[in-house]
Amino acid sequence: MAEKESSATPAVVQTAAETSDHSLERKPKRTRKILWSVGAPIAAILIAFLVSGIILLLAGFDPVDAFGTLLEGSFGNLRVITEVLLQATPLIIIGAGLTVAFRANIWNIGAEGQFYAGGVLAAVVGIYLGSLPAIILVPLVLVVGIIGGALWGMLAGWFKVRFGASEIVTTIMLNYIAIITTGYLVTGPLIEEAGKFPQTAQISEAARLYRFLPPTRLHIGIIIAILVAVAIWVFLFKTSSGYAVRVVGHNPETARYAGINVNRNILLAMGISGGAAGLAGAIQVMGLTFRLYQQFSPGYGFTAIAVALLANNNPLGVIFSGILFGALRSGSEVMQISAGIPSVMVFTIQGLVILSVVTFGVYRMKYANRSGG
Amino acid sequence: MESLAFLALIPSLLAATWRMATPLIYASVGEVFTERTGVLNIGLEGIMLIGSFTAFAAVLYTDNLLIGIGATILVGIVAGLIFAIFTVTIKANQIVVGVAFNLLGLGMTGFLFRTLFVGTQNAVRTVPVLNIPAISDLPFLGEAFFRQNWMVYATLILIPLASFVLYKMAFGLSVRSVGEHPKAADTVGISVPHIRYMGVIIGATLTAIAGAYLTIAHTNQFVEGITSGRGFIALAVVVFGRWTPKGAFWASILFGFFFALGLRLQAVADLAIPYQAFQVLPYVATIVVLLTLRGRTHAPKALAVPYEP
Repeated sequence: MAEKESSATPAVVQTAAETSDHSLERKPKRTRKILWSVGAPIAAILIAFLVSGIILLLAGFDPVDAFGTLLEGSFGNLRVITEVLLQATPLIIIGAGLTVAFRANIWNIGAEGQFYAGGVLAAVVGIYLGSLPAIILVPLVLVVGIIGGALWGMLAGWFKVRFGASEIVTTIMLNYIAIITTGYLVTGPLIEEAGKFPQTAQISEAARLYRFLPPTRLHIGIIIAILVAVAIWVFLFKTSSGYAVRVVGHNPETARYAGINVNRNILLAMGISGGAAGLAGAIQVMGLTFRLYQQFSPGYGFTAIAVALLANNNPLGVIFSGILFGALRSGSEVMQISAGIPSVMVFTIQGLVILSVVTFGVYRMKYANRSGG
Repeated sequence: MESLAFLALIPSLLAATWRMATPLIYASVGEVFTERTGVLNIGLEGIMLIGSFTAFAAVLYTDNLLIGIGATILVGIVAGLIFAIFTVTIKANQIVVGVAFNLLGLGMTGFLFRTLFVGTQNAVRTVPVLNIPAISDLPFLGEAFFRQNWMVYATLILIPLASFVLYKMAFGLSVRSVGEHPKAADTVGISVPHIRYMGVIIGATLTAIAGAYLTIAHTNQFVEGITSGRGFIALAVVVFGRWTPKGAFWASILFGFFFALGLRLQAVADLAIPYQAFQVLPYVATIVVLLTLRGRTHAPKALAVPYEP
């Protein structure tokens, strides 16, 4: 793994050296920046696939065949493309939210639990207030989803600002608590009337999201996802609140000196990232599953971390990295069925992508500083 | 009547406390070394899973516990080496690398387990229980203190050994100074990267052993996600134990108690409380413990800060 990383770096050195002569001119610097932000993720993905291919080879699989199936299973025809977009929907929403936390230097590892929190509240409202008309119910369910996730996230934020408890540990613990609580709810108080399976009843028809490409399951959640990503980009880069969040992440001391309330921004970052994850949970219930059950998320909250990092914490980039990881997820299911490769392999690929991305990030900073100074 | 039933629970509860604490002890003492050099490894969960799987697979193939432990140590060293290459040499963000390690641990062990062993009923030989003659039958305390397996007893050697290395040996002094003030350590000729590599490798190796305990001592098989958050809880244990081996031991015992209590109460039928309330106990306890520490933590000053000479 490590060898692959270092073998990739000489190319990086070369590009940086080539362009550093023009460091005073504006234009080449900009081109270089774009080259970096597009080239580095692509190179990172290639490295991750290369290493995964070697692992597959060692385990006795044919990597070319495996990745061929993966590609075909994710972009081969219209139906599979819609499945990719369905997988990408929660990833884009959660990932976009996480960029806010990560830019504030808050390590919210708890999106999984916040996704559950949003899903639970959405299901409850979608079932028990099901008699409301769609025009009221749909926005209401979306909002309670956001509130559920935001509160679950801000709880960890509050633990941090009030008690100095590391959000890394508390958000992970809150994941377990949310998942176990959901398990309790769907086997106990919220179990469907028939009481056969550990799941809730279906939410009201009026609470469901419009499926615009029947017979596929594709629903308007994907459009909401893109809007959320754009909105978060606007927040981060075009508003003073977003600027404050970024300053806090960059240097809390500077932020304090500039009169920015650091604690408030920590809570805000946890609230936005949690709220986004909660919204994703609500949309999952409203558009796809229509009900809640145990293990309601196959790990979207964890995959979304990789999604945000691959996009270099840029919410617009998250749209692309979300689709990529959506393809990886949905294609890996196909890979499991037709090539017999356990789909859990995608977690390995995700881990490798993160390692490659973070390594590129370090060298990018290094050369940016060198030519800048 | 009910209180009598509860009383009967106490001996097994005490015994289970130490047993449940054992993986936390190995992992958290290891992480004490890592963090004392100034490196934060939140990838413990993934490394522990890898240790669990390695020990299980090695013992299954060879039917030899020593080979199982040896393979675990080897894999722990390699995992630590890779983590250190990224965090110490490349100086990548330690948290991000830790996240990646957790995903890798989950993905690799799941993939290998399903590829190699799925569908087979595989149980392995386990680390033997050592009954200390005569006193192991003592009421109340016998089971807890004198009827445990070797890996549980070994924690009693691990703690003084770790304290000795950390406080009495030159290496330990280097570890502590690199974590507190790397620049000063560097000036007096201590190699910061070298010490950090050692700290990370010690941590990863002990964490892998913690994982091995779960599959070849505590139970006799591998289950995907068998570590169920223990790697993360170990991180809280380190904080609560104030970055000392002894503190980590007692904090682990406390968390071991919550695990044991949760499990025992789940097993008691006719309780009106849903079993999930007990299942959630160690995770809630972790948060509560962190909250009580307000302002009284003693983190190494250079924790999670890459060293730039």
